[in-house]
Amino acid sequence: MRLEVRDLAVERGDRLLFSGLDFALDDGEVLQIEGHNGSGKTTLLRVLCGLGVPSEGEVLWNGRPINRVRGDYFVDLNYVGHAHGVKGELTALENLGVDRALGRAHPNMDGETALDELAMGNYEDAFGRTLSAGQRRRVALARLFAKQARLWVLDEPFTALDRKTRADLEALIHRHVSGGGMVIVTTHHEMALHECVVKNLTLGL
Amino acid sequence: MNSTVAANEPRLAQAFVTLLRRDLLLAFRRPAEIANPLLFFVIVVTLFPLGIGPEPNTLQTIAPGVIWVAALLASMLSLDGMFRTDFDDGALEQILLSPHPLSVLVLAKVIAHWMISGLPLILLSPLLGLFMNLPAESIVALVLTLLLGTPVLSLIGSIGTALTVGLRKGGVLLSLLVLPLYIPVLIFAASAVEVAGVGFSIAAQLSFLGALLALALTLAPVATAASLRISVS
Amino acid sequence: MNRFVAWFHRWGSPKHFYDMSGRWAPWMAGLFFLTFIPGLYYSLIGSPPDYQQGESARIMYIHVPAAWMSMFIYAVMAIAGAVTLIWKMKLADIVAQVSAPIGASFTLLALVTGSLWGKPMWGTYWVWDARLTSELILLFLFLGYIALTTSIDDKRQAARAGAVLALVGVVNLPIIHYSVEWWSTLHQPSTVKVMGKSAIHMSMLIPLLLMSFAFKFYYAWVVLISARAEVLDRDKGTRWAEEAAGEKGR
Repeated sequence: MRLEVRDLAVERGDRLLFSGLDFALDDGEVLQIEGHNGSGKTTLLRVLCGLGVPSEGEVLWNGRPINRVRGDYFVDLNYVGHAHGVKGELTALENLGVDRALGRAHPNMDGETALDELAMGNYEDAFGRTLSAGQRRRVALARLFAKQARLWVLDEPFTALDRKTRADLEALIHRHVSGGGMVIVTTHHEMALHECVVKNLTLGL
Repeated sequence: MNSTVAANEPRLAQAFVTLLRRDLLLAFRRPAEIANPLLFFVIVVTLFPLGIGPEPNTLQTIAPGVIWVAALLASMLSLDGMFRTDFDDGALEQILLSPHPLSVLVLAKVIAHWMISGLPLILLSPLLGLFMNLPAESIVALVLTLLLGTPVLSLIGSIGTALTVGLRKGGVLLSLLVLPLYIPVLIFAASAVEVAGVGFSIAAQLSFLGALLALALTLAPVATAASLRISVS
Repeated sequence: MNRFVAWFHRWGSPKHFYDMSGRWAPWMAGLFFLTFIPGLYYSLIGSPPDYQQGESARIMYIHVPAAWMSMFIYAVMAIAGAVTLIWKMKLADIVAQVSAPIGASFTLLALVTGSLWGKPMWGTYWVWDARLTSELILLFLFLGYIALTTSIDDKRQAARAGAVLALVGVVNLPIIHYSVEWWSTLHQPSTVKVMGKSAIHMSMLIPLLLMSFAFKFYYAWVVLISARAEVLDRDKGTRWAEEAAGEKGR
């Protein structure tokens, strides 16, 4: 699997955020994106997911433009954005059930074990609206395990998490990458990812 | 080996049913959103006898148009909820990132919307027919036209909702976009109710409504899917 | 085929369009006056009054071409919308967006002239005639398009949303038109049609054709100059746009 970006230019409103962006990401690699507020980190992630449209250039999945191979690409894509889509009127488990049905359900993990991975096992039947912001984010992150996908795209995943969960998430990212997965993450957090290929990209220089 | 691979491959039917169930579940856990448009429907129709006078013949003449116009407005009210909350909390992005064809997933949401907003309207309509002094034949025609017409309203409405979901003041704009497109449904349906009252056949009107439904069913989900991708970008 | 693609691409380039439209606009203006002045003469003076409707029939020479233009422009917007969505051509979306107000104006013109004509014919300014009703709904569609595209801030997003709406509208237009026609025969079977099915005499056909060509040239002229301004505005900050604007200023 290979995600490749060629000569990408992205605008927001009338303002050019960046242009001429090239990079590629292969199995077992992490891309850490940094940049000051408003430098276009989230916009870039959305373009990488096919949610946003670049003004120039293209995003390729295994050599083909992502909007041509949406089905193949999305099956291997797990996106946890800033608005993470945990419904307040559904329980944690119901939320994950919907995610599993929409994508490729993980063969060895169900919703419950996925919640366990983020230490949310005791909140299976709690409604989304009764959870704290950090807990909701953990439910959203549990999607990474409920759904099996090669590429994780995470927008500021460490915000609203306590120190313990941050360490857990780091370990989980490490495990995913060691198993051949790919991760794209925006964060200012220094991640301790030993023996992983970590690429860095700084926007808005 | 092969069987395990096949077991967790994403299945469209499962995604469709899950999404439909999810939307129904969400609606039942927020029952006000079902009840309010219905209440609106009943109150608007009740206003007409009060405004025009309770003369039975007058009521009977205006009833088909009044009930149908009220149904259009009630459906407008409920439309905004179709994608709005999902857009706000990010769940819509997850649906857009599903490997399944978006138009089919959209159809599941539209069907759920119709079951929440259209179906109760149909069940209530005989009562309003009685209020407006409609003869029994017209009430039957009213139910039949609503049965064929309200799904068209949900389908066409979904396009407008998808186009305006990203805008803060989408509500008024939505009615401007969608109401003109509702006109054919209004014309055929109201005419069927009226004509049935004087004992004519309504086969022609019903077949037009059926044709509109078939057309909307095939084209609207595609347009809605395209509009959603535009609105999130 | 290749030559066509190359031609298509060249028109897609803003700079090329700016240069070409500058050259074409005066020609369109010239053609407009060349058809409009004799068209007016034949409409008002050179043609005989209608034997049934008298002098008021002359309003048809404005009303009918305006109604044709309103539908023509909506079709142009839908085609431009398809081009925007399929080939992501900037120019197509500019054409669609500058066309919308012009189309709405022609629709309004058709409605006003239709209702002015209705006063002597029907004794009232408004009758729910099928054509007038369809025209009114068309006006709503134009206004809906304008309202949607102006309330979306991002220009590319506005263009794509407008394109979808125009396409949905163009699929619905025949259905709306047909259902309104059906509705009107149901409710008032014997009104005087705005345009009868009877054969038009040559002396009336000449002004009608002249006026309809004049309106087309007028549309082409206005689209060219307003699209030219829009192209410049969207590319402001680029070198060619600054140079072009500078030339004007000097």
